[in-house]
Amino acid sequence: MGKQLKVVVLAKQVPDTRNVGKDAMKADGTVNRAALPAIFNPEDLNALEQALTIKDMCEGTTVYILTMGPLRAADIIRDAMFRGADGGYLLTDRAFAGADTLATSYALSRALVEIKPDLIIAGRQAIDGDTAQVGPQVAEKLGLPQITYAEQIESIDDRQIVVKRRLEHGVETVSAPFPVVITVNASAPECRPQNAKRVMKYKRAMTRSELQAAGDDYMQFVENKDYLKIVEWNVGDIDADPAQLGMLGSPTKVKQIENVVFQAKESRKLTVSDADINSLMVELIAGHTLG
Amino acid sequence: MGNFFLDNKDLQFHLNHPLMKKIVELREKNFVDKDVYDYAPVDFEDTMDSYRRVLEIAGGICSDVIAANAEDVDKEGPKVVDDHVVYARGTQANLEAIRKAGLGGIHLPRKYEGLNMSLICFVMANEMVARGDAGFENIWGLQDCAETINEFASEEIKQKYLPLVSRGATCAMALTEPDAGSDLQAVMLKAHYDEASGKWLLNGVKRFITNGDGDISLVLARSEEGTKDGRGLSMFVYDRRDGGVKVRRIENKLGIKGSPTCELVYTNAPAELVGDRKMGLIKYVMSLMNAARLGIGAQGTGLCEAAYREALKYANERQQFGKPIIQFPAMYEMLTNMKAKLYASRAMLYETARFVEVYKCWAEIGKERPLTSEEKTEMKAYNKLADAFTPVCKMFASEYANQLAYDALQIHGGSGYMKDYPIERIYRDARITNIYEGTSQLQVVAAIRHVTTGTYLAQIKAYEAAEHPAELKHLLDKLVAMREDYERAIARVTAGDGEQIDFHARRLVDMTGHLILSHLLLRQAGESAEYVVPAEVYIKHAQAQNAAALKFIEGSCCGDIDIYKAVLSESVE
Repeated sequence: MGKQLKVVVLAKQVPDTRNVGKDAMKADGTVNRAALPAIFNPEDLNALEQALTIKDMCEGTTVYILTMGPLRAADIIRDAMFRGADGGYLLTDRAFAGADTLATSYALSRALVEIKPDLIIAGRQAIDGDTAQVGPQVAEKLGLPQITYAEQIESIDDRQIVVKRRLEHGVETVSAPFPVVITVNASAPECRPQNAKRVMKYKRAMTRSELQAAGDDYMQFVENKDYLKIVEWNVGDIDADPAQLGMLGSPTKVKQIENVVFQAKESRKLTVSDADINSLMVELIAGHTLG
Repeated sequence: MGNFFLDNKDLQFHLNHPLMKKIVELREKNFVDKDVYDYAPVDFEDTMDSYRRVLEIAGGICSDVIAANAEDVDKEGPKVVDDHVVYARGTQANLEAIRKAGLGGIHLPRKYEGLNMSLICFVMANEMVARGDAGFENIWGLQDCAETINEFASEEIKQKYLPLVSRGATCAMALTEPDAGSDLQAVMLKAHYDEASGKWLLNGVKRFITNGDGDISLVLARSEEGTKDGRGLSMFVYDRRDGGVKVRRIENKLGIKGSPTCELVYTNAPAELVGDRKMGLIKYVMSLMNAARLGIGAQGTGLCEAAYREALKYANERQQFGKPIIQFPAMYEMLTNMKAKLYASRAMLYETARFVEVYKCWAEIGKERPLTSEEKTEMKAYNKLADAFTPVCKMFASEYANQLAYDALQIHGGSGYMKDYPIERIYRDARITNIYEGTSQLQVVAAIRHVTTGTYLAQIKAYEAAEHPAELKHLLDKLVAMREDYERAIARVTAGDGEQIDFHARRLVDMTGHLILSHLLLRQAGESAEYVVPAEVYIKHAQAQNAAALKFIEGSCCGDIDIYKAVLSESVE
């Protein structure tokens, strides 16, 4: 498999909602980001692993992260570099803030037009929103084929990629020409760990803003070290319609957030026999649930 | 998603020891590598930052991969297929994780693709691995062999083998034979030089070889035909890919079941000579054993950590008579003593590792340029301390691993005896630590001359002379009194003949260890309030133990030994 690919992994820095405590939500129903550590969205790590596996298979392949978020989202780009990515792009601008999935996928798609990858891989969904919309919307906006629920990349040749999808009732193997958008399930292999040498090499990779904050000595240190530069783009760097970005470009409005607590303490299985249904009816009437 | 580095403040405390500055400077030699390797540090802070980051990676893998696989590995174990070892699936996954994380060659120079990190970091990684799975620590810790190659082999051999270790190859040290265990002078495996191939060929049998089918083996063999003692032995390096070694069987052990202990048959196995002929046992095995003993010190400390945590967890969870059992005096006393011994064991481990590292750094620099006379003096002083501390470190860490595993299982009660809790595995795994790489009894043999020549005494007095905060003076006073008792005990024993010294050696070395470990915890108590209680507790324990030893020694006179010799006339029918 000799094809050299330019792979972009779409990733998101999310609050770690897996171990939420009492203070996870604020009184107004929004997420209390200060109480939750910011992490690499788990399924995006599965996506990164797929990208790095391709890099292992096809010599000369490069893997870049594309993420949109505040300046600190550069942390997940560095994390990806520690695990094997070549670099990354951070889309950061006040104009991007407050974006729903539509505005997010629009901004990402405009950046991807600039980057021109052969292959775009994303996690199926993020643990903070659970929409699973961004990957497919990016594909639609770019007019690219999409393979969702991917579990394993089976093969790659000059013309196409063959992917195994994990569906509710089985697996399906499909192929697509390049470029293509793939979204990856959590059932795909876990991401490889950070690599010691790469951590030592890339720990000082920075975006333009971080570089400026680090001072002149550091600027000098990285002068001839392009591998330490993380691309930072704002609205001006991508050719985008401001009306479709951020809050302005987001039709989704959150009306109310409720805490849903599952009430049932236990469940029972009933057959469709008359006897079972009769006894259930008797029970419900006796307990005043019915009647 | 745990992390054995981030969740362990005591471990992090030792990484921040003041001597690290000197160690890093010696290792990085003015940071010359920074212009050659993109992953080399530029200064001290940068180095320490990298150390912490890499230990964090290792800590994550130890928790989420190695510890998570430990139970299955213990059940499944390795097996022999077609004369070679196949590891348990979990072991394979552990090795894969370590390889991907690039943690091979932590301590090897960058020119061999290593990370050139401090020995302290390697020992810390060892300890964390052992906390996760002591059996796997054997496979991981045998990287020590690479250190011996780095220290003594030719540049050609180093170029060939060391990068393999950095890329994740595993090692073995093949020393023991059916008739050569503690007495390695009896090694018979034959090495003869084959003119035709220009290689040494190995023939014979090795037994009890940990990870015997590893990628790279250091093999002690008899190169001088007709010799019978240690002077006829040389060290060889064998590459498994060259073939010629079959695994005859794997031992069925009490513990560390994931670690394959192999019986090996060598049939014209090609190998390369390491260093000089005839120096195999005299020089290289000694170096190998010292490194391995430090490794067991780390393994023992890791086991102490694991046992203490299991016990603490259970004692808080388990309710009896309407309250968690930790609230009963018998339980909290046990746990408090366990914690003190754990901290003492770790304090000794890193004190020893620092001594080893400083002298080894000077030795390495000495290969590149002549050392000044002050540098030589310093190297010798640290070398002496390293030699003296290593056996005590190994002995105490491994004995405490057993004691803590015993107590932790006791705290679990009947449940602990079942396979349902990790403690029964920890208990079985701990049992080997005071046996292999020299039993505790042999550590005493290595340590006793430093008792009689005063190496320890001088160091104990140096610890006394350091500054101590006024509020800890009562503890220092106790240690001064204990030291006076110690001197009395030594004087009494050395007044007798050699047999008297052998007879009381264990007691004297125990007293030594208690004093040194007490001083190390006292020093830490002066640096951080965290250690005041462990120091108090440990010193109470040490004081009582040493008083008992002194009582025994003072109450014993020349005829005493005969009482114990009476058993010599007994035998089993």
